[in-house]
Amino acid sequence: MIETRGLRKSFTSRQGREKKTVEAVRGVDLTVAEGEIFGFLGPNGAGKTTTLRMLATLLPPDGGTATIAGVDLLSSPGDVRRVIGYVAQGGSTWDESTAREELVLQSRLYGVPRAASQQRAARVLDAFQLTEYADRKCKTYSGGQRRRVDIALGIIHEPKVVFLDEPTSGLDPQSRAHMWDEIRRLRDEGMTVFITTHYLDEADALCDRISIMDHGEIVASGTPAALKREISGDVVRVGLPAAAVSSAASLLGSAAFVSKLETHDDSIRLYVEDGATAIPLILRTLDAGDVPLHAIELHRPSLDDVFLTKTGRSLREN
Amino acid sequence: MTFVRDTWLIFARQMQLLLRNPVWVLVGVFQPVMYLLLFAPLLKPALQVQTDAEAYRIFVPGLLVLLAIFGGLFQGFGLIAELRAGVIERSRVTPVSRIALLLGRSLRDMVSLIAQAVIITLLALVFDLRVFIGDLLLAFLMLALISLMTSAVSYGVALLVKSEDALAPLMNTVAQPVLLLSGILLPLTFAPGWLQGIADWNPFSWAVNGTRALFVGDLGDPAVWQGLLIMAVLAVAAIVWAARLFARSVR
Repeated sequence: MIETRGLRKSFTSRQGREKKTVEAVRGVDLTVAEGEIFGFLGPNGAGKTTTLRMLATLLPPDGGTATIAGVDLLSSPGDVRRVIGYVAQGGSTWDESTAREELVLQSRLYGVPRAASQQRAARVLDAFQLTEYADRKCKTYSGGQRRRVDIALGIIHEPKVVFLDEPTSGLDPQSRAHMWDEIRRLRDEGMTVFITTHYLDEADALCDRISIMDHGEIVASGTPAALKREISGDVVRVGLPAAAVSSAASLLGSAAFVSKLETHDDSIRLYVEDGATAIPLILRTLDAGDVPLHAIELHRPSLDDVFLTKTGRSLREN
Repeated sequence: MTFVRDTWLIFARQMQLLLRNPVWVLVGVFQPVMYLLLFAPLLKPALQVQTDAEAYRIFVPGLLVLLAIFGGLFQGFGLIAELRAGVIERSRVTPVSRIALLLGRSLRDMVSLIAQAVIITLLALVFDLRVFIGDLLLAFLMLALISLMTSAVSYGVALLVKSEDALAPLMNTVAQPVLLLSGILLPLTFAPGWLQGIADWNPFSWAVNGTRALFVGDLGDPAVWQGLLIMAVLAVAAIVWAARLFARSVR
């Protein structure tokens, strides 16, 4: 549904007399399949929004190629606009208008006649559970309601692909869960959904496939499960009295199921293939060696570990 | 055809929002009304004319042009608010004509300006101003062209600077000399030669002369067609320029 090769964008900013060029996106290759929720995960400033804005025809790329739903982005941005929807991070409603007015206008801007636009607006309002507020001014809406109106505006023309830039940022947990349901519903109706996020749990739980982006480049792509599997196995953290760390390390360091071992002040970390089977073995080994222990924790790799392995930094630090 | 339809859609939305708060149209005429009531009475002795009617025939056209210039130049503020709300970006991902995005707004500004001009003119009738309806309509056409131009310029500049803090001083700086060099408040016939020479390069000075000629009823005065032509050309140029900015990426 979306295919990009070597998509590039840099910005020149002027500071006094000096010109600074920032390479925001440096050669992005993407393949997004029809009917999936595709996620762009990365810290703020990684180039996610810039890539999205290029795909949404809002920014001309400096280089590379892209096709969306079979339409070439560079040669026919006008035709791309007909098949995509785009929902910006900052929202898109006008305080003094009502949701219904905004939806009808948006639909008509796509060339849909008035009566059909009104029907569409009513249908979309209903689907997003907004009918109750439809004729109130947008300035009276809550954050979650506003966000739903934004998304409704992005899909009123029934696009093949919808781009959602940080769709849940700033929402409370309940509205967030609600929004995830809405996004899944769009996919189930056959739309291809392309989101950006800097939330690990969102990428993990919501997206069928993700690409991890850092400093304008894609550092990893795949399903969340496959990416985590690549990190090879689980981590078991064993908490011990400080005096026991070295004896525990010598007992476990030679064990066949431990692929790597790290010692800390009052704990050791063991990298193992499968944590669930390793834990009884660890307990047995330590017990046999009379090593006392305080705690044992199984740590399954998260997308943050994927990010850490690929970039050397944690996403949480950002 | 889609261009006409798109322009209508944008215009209709903007009108709807304007009519929801029509008080702004009245706030807009407050200042010119004050000029009419508190400044114009000074003119009969100052201009050394015989009657109030004569003084108003000189002053009211200038006042209307002033209203058209300033009313238009400050429309960019609304656009910056729309940019900030994301409304412009939302329009730009649709296939809507980029000229329509501009023209729909500028036409709304034009309609609101004409409404204000009608109010001022009606008030001036109370002060014995008399003008033929045909001449008046042509004068309104001049005002419409001016407001289309200045509002397009204002939108273009707003798209470039994207901040109220930059737009306000910029527009004031432009408007001040334009105002003084157009003979709006007093005719430039009183001006020394060098000042008149500079004023000849100010297109608004031509517009003011043309509008004054129309208010006097002198349809044959070349100032009329010259003013209309200059304003029409500039209005088209401003609209094309600003529409191109709408089409270009807005970060």
